[in-house]
Amino acid sequence: MKNYDIIVIGAGHAGCEAALASARMGCKTLLLTLNADHIALMPCNPSIGGPAKGHIVREIDALGGEMAKNIDKAYINIRLLNTSKGPAVHALRAQADKHKYQFEMTKVLQKQNNLDLKQTVVTDLIVDNQQVTGVKTITGMDYQAFKVILTTGTSLNGKVIIGDIKYTGGRQGEFAATDLAESLTEAGIKLERFQTATPPRIDKESVDFSKMTIHPSSKEKIQFSFFQPRQEREDVPCWLTYTNHKTKQVVEDNIEHSPLTTGIVEGEGPRYCPSIDRKIMRFPDKNSHQVFVEPEGLHTNELYLNGLTTSMPEAFQVDIIRSVPGLEEAEIMRPGYAVEYDYIPPYQLQPTMENKVVQDLYTAGQINGTSGYEEAAAQGLMAGINAVLALKGKEPLILKRSDAYIGVLIDDLVTKGTNEPYRMLTSRAEYRLILRQDNADLRLSSIGHRLGLISEQQYQQVEDKRKAIAKNLEKLNDIQITPTKKVLEALKELGSGGLKKPVSLATILERPKIDYQNLDKFTSEVPEVTPEIAEQLEIRTKYRGYIDRQLSQVEKFKQREDKRIPEEIDYQSLDNLRKEAREKLERIRPVSVGQASRISGVSPADISVLMIHLEELQRGGRQDD
Amino acid sequence: MYVTDTIAAISTAVGEGGIGIVRISGPEAIEIAEEIFKNKKEKSLIEVDSYTAHYGQVIDPRNQQVVDEVITLVMKAPKTYTTEDIVEIDCHGGPIVLQKILDVVLHMGVRLADPGEFTKRAFLNGRIDLAQAEAIIDLIRSQTEIGLEVAIDQLEGGLSNKVNQIKEDIVSLLAHLEATIDFPEDEIEDFNPEQLGDRIDGALKKTSELLETSQRGKILREGLEVAIVGRPNVGKSSLLNALLRENRAIVTEVPGTTRDVIEEVINIDGIPLKIIDTAGIRKTEDKVEKIGVEKSEKFLKRADLVLLVLDINQGISAEDRELMRLIKSKQTVVVANKFDLDNNLDLEVIDQLLPQAPVVKTSAIENQGIDKLEDVISDLVFSGDIRASNQTLITNMRHKNALDRARQRLLDVQQTFERRLPNDFITIDLRAALEAVGEVTGDTIGEDIIDQIFADFCLGK
Repeated sequence: MKNYDIIVIGAGHAGCEAALASARMGCKTLLLTLNADHIALMPCNPSIGGPAKGHIVREIDALGGEMAKNIDKAYINIRLLNTSKGPAVHALRAQADKHKYQFEMTKVLQKQNNLDLKQTVVTDLIVDNQQVTGVKTITGMDYQAFKVILTTGTSLNGKVIIGDIKYTGGRQGEFAATDLAESLTEAGIKLERFQTATPPRIDKESVDFSKMTIHPSSKEKIQFSFFQPRQEREDVPCWLTYTNHKTKQVVEDNIEHSPLTTGIVEGEGPRYCPSIDRKIMRFPDKNSHQVFVEPEGLHTNELYLNGLTTSMPEAFQVDIIRSVPGLEEAEIMRPGYAVEYDYIPPYQLQPTMENKVVQDLYTAGQINGTSGYEEAAAQGLMAGINAVLALKGKEPLILKRSDAYIGVLIDDLVTKGTNEPYRMLTSRAEYRLILRQDNADLRLSSIGHRLGLISEQQYQQVEDKRKAIAKNLEKLNDIQITPTKKVLEALKELGSGGLKKPVSLATILERPKIDYQNLDKFTSEVPEVTPEIAEQLEIRTKYRGYIDRQLSQVEKFKQREDKRIPEEIDYQSLDNLRKEAREKLERIRPVSVGQASRISGVSPADISVLMIHLEELQRGGRQDD
Repeated sequence: MYVTDTIAAISTAVGEGGIGIVRISGPEAIEIAEEIFKNKKEKSLIEVDSYTAHYGQVIDPRNQQVVDEVITLVMKAPKTYTTEDIVEIDCHGGPIVLQKILDVVLHMGVRLADPGEFTKRAFLNGRIDLAQAEAIIDLIRSQTEIGLEVAIDQLEGGLSNKVNQIKEDIVSLLAHLEATIDFPEDEIEDFNPEQLGDRIDGALKKTSELLETSQRGKILREGLEVAIVGRPNVGKSSLLNALLRENRAIVTEVPGTTRDVIEEVINIDGIPLKIIDTAGIRKTEDKVEKIGVEKSEKFLKRADLVLLVLDINQGISAEDRELMRLIKSKQTVVVANKFDLDNNLDLEVIDQLLPQAPVVKTSAIENQGIDKLEDVISDLVFSGDIRASNQTLITNMRHKNALDRARQRLLDVQQTFERRLPNDFITIDLRAALEAVGEVTGDTIGEDIIDQIFADFCLGK
C-alpha cells in the first residue's frame, strides 16, 4: 500500500521545484526536509541569476516552475547585465531578501494541493530488487511511494570545515545525512566527494560604506517571471570595495592555515568560486581583488562578502576582512566555511534524472555534482516532471541542447560528467543565440502548458506575443521608406549612412545605430507595440542572418538527436568499436546517436560503426516480424 | 536519412592517364555542380533528366578560369547509389586536374567525404544489402586508421605547430570574450576595438599564410617537374648525369643522340625533382627524333621549372634566342655550361630575354657548379627565406579544406567586427573557425575554452 505517489527528500531549490511540479501535475506528493524553517534556504550567495543562470530561471518560469516568481517577490536589488554584449547574453541578476525568499516559497508549498510537508531525517531508502519503494525515517515512520526524488544538496556525509576544525554537518548549523549516504552505497550507487565554500557574513553596523562604491538597483521595471505581475518594492544597494597589499600580506603570512596548505578539505572545489587564499596564491601579480558587499535582506544586518570566501581559522578571517577599506572594524556574525559532501557522479544518471542503478529513484541538484540554486531548481523541476510522466506511463521530457539551457545542463551532466561542482555558463551552450532569456517563454511555454504547469491564460499570453511578433514583422517588411529629405536627415541625425532607393522599414531597422524607438522619424506608420514586442522585432531584424544560420545548424543537430539508440543495445558485441569507445558507450548508455557523438573518446568512425549497426538491427527486426 | 549535407571526393584511383571522376552526393549536389559547370547550350543541370551526360567546362568561380573540359553525369534521387542526388564530373585523369576540380567543388561549401562515406550513405539509406554492412565497417575502420596515421605523420613537426598556434590564438581570444560575457562583474578588461581587430587580423593572417604554403605542399608531395632544354650538344645529358651523379643518359659528341624524353627523379633539400631531359628542340627530318622533339615541346609547356643549358664557349646562337622566347613565361634557371672553356657568353642578351632567370655557371663534365645549381633551384622553390624559417607545408587536401573553411569563418568574424556588432556575434564565427581548425588537429571544442578562461583570468567570488 503506497502512502504517496512521489516522495521528495530535501526542500532546497531542487526539492521545492520537484515537489511542486509533482503535486501540480496531480500526484500525491510528500516533501521531507531536515529543517522546516530552512525551506528554499540560500546558504551561500544571496542572489539569483546572472549569465546562463538567469536564463535558466526564465526557462523554469516558462515551464511552469516557481523560482522566477519567488525571486520576483523577494528581490531587493535587480540589474540587467551584459547589455552591450548582444541580446543572447543579456542576463538578469537579483539580490534576494533571503528570509523573504524562504517565507514566500514556504507559503507556496503550504498552500499547494496534493502536497504534504514534513520535517524529519530520512535514514534509508527502501530498495527492493534494485527498485526504490519508499523511505525510512529516524523517528521510525516509513513512507511508501512509486517514485522517490533525492535532492539532498550538500548534506550527504557533509563535513563543515573552518581552519583546523572539521565536524559533521550538511551546512553550518545543520545535520548531515550520513545514514542515507550509506543506504545509497548499499544500493550499488557510487559516491564521490566535492567541496565548496562560502564567505563570512558581517554586521552592517560595523561597516564604513563611505569608503566603498555604491551599486544601486536598476530603476527599470525588470523581473524574471513572464507571467506574474510586477510588484513595487523597496530596493537597497550593494557596495563595492577592494582587497589590497595588506590583505595579501595576511593571507601569505598565514597560508599554512589555509586548507590549500593543510589539505584538510577533500574533493574538488569549483574553479569559479575560488577562496581569497587561492586567488592571492594563484595570481600573485594581482594586488587587489573586488569585494562586493551584499545585503542578505531587509530585516537583517548580515552582509555577505562576495569575493572573500575563505575557510581559514576564524581569527585570520577577521584579519583578512579588516585589511579591506570600509571593513576595518567589521564584526563577523558567521565565519566563512568550507563544506565537503558526497555526490553521485552523474554518469549514473539518465537524461530523465532517474538513476540507472536503482529504478524509480530520481536525483536533482548538488547531489548530482552541480552547484548553484538555479541549476538545482532546473534539475528539480525536470526530475519532478519526469517522475510524474513515468508514473503516468507517458513519454519522458528530455530537453535538447537546442531547446534550453536546462537541456544543455542535463546533457552535459549525463554525457560528459563533471570534475568540479558544475556551474552553467553561456559558453557551454552552442546555440546561445537561440537560447535567449527574452524568448524562453516562446521556446518552452507550450511544453509547460502541455504538462499542465502553465495555465490556459498564461499560454494564451505567450501565443498572443508570438502572433504579435509575426504580424508586426510582416508590417515592417511591407512599409516602404523612400529617400526623401526628411528620411535622409533622420538617417544623418542617427549617424547612419545614406539611402539611394526605397527600402522596407525592416531594412532601416537592420542598420546598427537605429532602434525601434527611432523608427517614427522615418514614417508615421510605425506599428505601435509594447517594449517587449519591440525588442523581439529588433532582435529578429538586426540579427536575422546569424539567427538563421544557427537555426540551420540546429536542424542538422536534431537529426542525430532524433536517431534513438535502443535501450537493450549490447555494446560488447560490437567488435568494430574501439575498446575505449565500447567502454564509454557501455557506461553512459546514450539515448541517441547525437548524445553518443558527444562522449569524449567516441570517434566519428565509432559513430559510423554504431549507425551501421543500428541500421542492421532495424532491418533484422523487420525480418523477424 | 541521418545526415543531409553534401559530400564530394575523387572516386577514381589516383594516377596519370585515363579519366578521373569527382563525385558529389547530397541535396545540394546538382545546385553546386550547376554553379561551376558551363556548357555551350546553357542548359541548366537542374532541369536535365536523370541519368544524362553533359559536355562542358568546369569554371573556377574565384577567378573565372577554365579548370578542365569535362562530362558531367547527373543522377537524381532516389534512384542513385546513395539514394541522394549525385553528380559525377568526368575529367582528365591527372591528379592535378582532379584535385583542382575537387578543390573548386569544396570551395562551394561541400564537405570532403570521409573514407567509405558514399557506401555508408548507400547502406544507411537502405540502398544496399545487409551483407555489405560488415565490409563497409571494415573500410571505415581501416581507412580511418590509415587516415589517422597519415594525419598524425603530417601533424608532427611544423604543420601541427602552425595549426596549434592558430588554434591557440582563437581559443585565447574566445576565452577572453567569453570570460567578459560569463563573468560580467569580474575585473576583466574588455577589449578596445583596436585590440580586438588586431587579434582577429592576426589569426586570419596566420591562417592565410599557412594556406599559401599549400601550393608548396603539392610540390613536396608530388615533386617539381623540371625540364632541361637547350640546343643539341650543349651538355644537357651531362648536366642530368651530374645531377644524378650517375650515368643514365647516353652522352656522345654526335648531336641528336638523346632521342627520347628521359625522366629521372632526384632529391634536393627534400624536394623531389622530376627531371625531364628533353631531346634537343630543333627542326628535324628524322622521324624518331621528330616525335621526341614534339614530346619535348609538350613537356616544356607542363614543366614547373626550366633549366636552359647554354654552351659558354659557343655563345648565344639564334636557336638559343628562339628557345629563350619559347620559355620566357616559365620559371627558368640559365645554366651556362662548359665554363672550363673560353667564355663567349653575352650576359646582356640573357638579361634582356629572361630578366628574372638566375644564371649559374657549371661544368657538367667536370662536376663543377652543380652544388650551386642545386642551391639556386632549392631557393626558387622555397622562394628566398622560406627554407631558413622552416616554413610549414600543407600536403593534405583535407587539411587544406578545413583551413580554408577556418579562413572563411575568420573573414566572417572580421566582417562582424567591422559592423560593430556586439561581442557575442564575434564569438559565433570564432567558434565555427575553431571547429574547422579542430578538424586538422583532431580536437573538438569542449572544455578547452572554459579551461582557458580559468587559466587566464582570476574569476569568481
